[in-house]
Amino acid sequence: MLETARLQCIRGDRVLFSDVSFTLKENELMYLKGINGSGKTSLLRMLCGLVSPAEGEISWCGENVRKLKEEYFRELLYIGHLPGIKAELTPIENLRISCAMSGSLITEDQAWNALDKIGLRGREDLPSKVLSQGQKRRVALARILLTDAKLWILDEPFTALDVDAVAMLQAVLAEHVQRGGMVLLTTHQEFEVATGITHTLVLGKAGGQAC
Amino acid sequence: MLAMIRWVLWRELTVAMRTKSEVLTTLFFFVIVITLFPLGVGPETETLELIGPGILWVAALLASMLSLTRMFSEDYQDGTLEQMLVASQPLVIIVASKIFAHWMVSGLPLVIISPLLSLQLGLDMESTLILMLTLLIGTPILSLIGAVGAGLTLGVRGGGVLLSLLVLPLYIPVLIFGAGAVEAVRAGLEVEAHLSLLGAFLVLAMVLAPWGTAASLRISLD
Amino acid sequence: MQMLTKAFWLQLSTPKAFYPVAGTLAPCFMMLAVILCVIGLYIGFFVAPVDYQQGNSYRIMFIHVPAAWMGMFIYLVMCAYATIGLIWNTRLSSMMASALAPTGALFTFIALWSGAFWGKPTWGTYWVWDARLTSFLILLFLYIGYMSLQAAIDDQQKAAKASALLALVGVVNIPIIYFSVKWWNTLHQGMSVTVTDAPTMAPSMAWSMFIMAFAFWMYAIGIALMRVRTIILERERHAAWVQDLGNKGANHG
Repeated sequence: MLETARLQCIRGDRVLFSDVSFTLKENELMYLKGINGSGKTSLLRMLCGLVSPAEGEISWCGENVRKLKEEYFRELLYIGHLPGIKAELTPIENLRISCAMSGSLITEDQAWNALDKIGLRGREDLPSKVLSQGQKRRVALARILLTDAKLWILDEPFTALDVDAVAMLQAVLAEHVQRGGMVLLTTHQEFEVATGITHTLVLGKAGGQAC
Repeated sequence: MLAMIRWVLWRELTVAMRTKSEVLTTLFFFVIVITLFPLGVGPETETLELIGPGILWVAALLASMLSLTRMFSEDYQDGTLEQMLVASQPLVIIVASKIFAHWMVSGLPLVIISPLLSLQLGLDMESTLILMLTLLIGTPILSLIGAVGAGLTLGVRGGGVLLSLLVLPLYIPVLIFGAGAVEAVRAGLEVEAHLSLLGAFLVLAMVLAPWGTAASLRISLD
Repeated sequence: MQMLTKAFWLQLSTPKAFYPVAGTLAPCFMMLAVILCVIGLYIGFFVAPVDYQQGNSYRIMFIHVPAAWMGMFIYLVMCAYATIGLIWNTRLSSMMASALAPTGALFTFIALWSGAFWGKPTWGTYWVWDARLTSFLILLFLYIGYMSLQAAIDDQQKAAKASALLALVGVVNIPIIYFSVKWWNTLHQGMSVTVTDAPTMAPSMAWSMFIMAFAFWMYAIGIALMRVRTIILERERHAAWVQDLGNKGANHG
């Protein structure tokens, strides 16, 4: 269970948002919406412990994530704006190392399968610098097929993906939520993930409003 | 944890091997700086022999400085640094492995090529050996201290110049004892004190610098 | 009573409460600094006897020595503030650290500069690679590094944290650097001159030096308080009370 209490984010001398409180339980998915510059990415990075809140607290299963650190990170899968892949390495290598980083050691076969499934067949062995933006994004997203993290925090996962990939991603997210996982994602487009309980959090000038 | 260390080392070294430029630029810089000195101060063997240890050490300092800016900047730009901060193992461990990899790519080549340059400057065999030894102990300290500075100047405008301003004063003890050991051997004095002090610095840096670097990275990505 | 005092100090440690207090205290400290400086210099230049070895040139010591003390001392105080700010995330302490840095750098610079002018008549050269001079030069570099890092980062909170960490790294290194330089210096003996403490001093000389040290102290506190007020306004400009202050000022004007 992820809980936040009265979070505030200040960037430079601008208050991006304040008083954001919400609870995300198992089997739940939350959309994070708001205009550009309303602090969506900052909030996600804050939930990953990358940005420290000016005010407020984030807790995982009742304990502050600042204290839990790696214990929390083991339960967390974060895919941000940047794909986090090395241009010099192949998708296979990138996938294996990023999985290793988040604590799940995978075999080469598993990596091949995942990349195949996400639609990168035939490009597994090329250096990642020749891949397009969307393909790099897929390499990053392939991790969600292999992870056993409970909480997924995804920043704009649908951008630069084609229709098939979007459909597949939606299915994977729905399945994860049904199996007792939690998903928190930002998106510009209206993509519905057909699954149990969904919340929407809108960041705006009046602070966060969960509904 | 061991698997993590192995993966981090593997990634750093593979990327370095596939690009090659990092290793080579550092190395060429080292060689070129040393070549400039005889051209500047004149080719008299006596003078060169006298200033040789100092030149070699200052050049090594500058060369390792040069490679520092790249230590985290690419990881920062492609997002892998962010992933390191949310990894399942303590950041300190990852950072320590990264620093070690950085040393293997930028420090170790300097140690290996140093005898060649040392002989070129007219130092004798014994001094050359001691020089190699001091570089072997000293260059990891440079990578360790430098990593803190590299973390702090990440994403800062004019980061490279600023980095040298922050880090070079902290390199002074290493320079003093590194070059001092070689001079001592030339003067026929004991070098043990120099070497053990350098060793002590290395231990101290190994204990403290990864923590400092981890803290600096968290601040820089905040 | 104890609770009350504690509450008082805690309250005072917020930038909002500290701002007016600093405003009233700063001029007092500056006044004290001027008075002490006049007294100290008067004793130094007119009361203290001529040194039988160095003639009148030794009088530069009344500026040089206190400045050197302050240069070192302010670095330590700055690091203490920075550490407190880093660990407990107290805004005011990081602000104090930033406010002290320029003053510390200034004193270090004065110490080096006056040292050079003292050196010329005494040893016949402006600069010697003496352990103390060299480590002071390095101290100046550390100050400059601290200030440049702070200036280079746009986000003020981040700048404060990053430079605090740098100060901390610096303070761990200072003893190492100092002893290395000292060792290096003894290894390279054969230089004709070394800096030694002034020989037995006349009481008036000591008095002048101490009074000057106090004057510099007062100046450092005064100027740091003045600077911290600007920093408070800058870093808290989104806070309601600062904006009220701005509005009030506009109405008056």
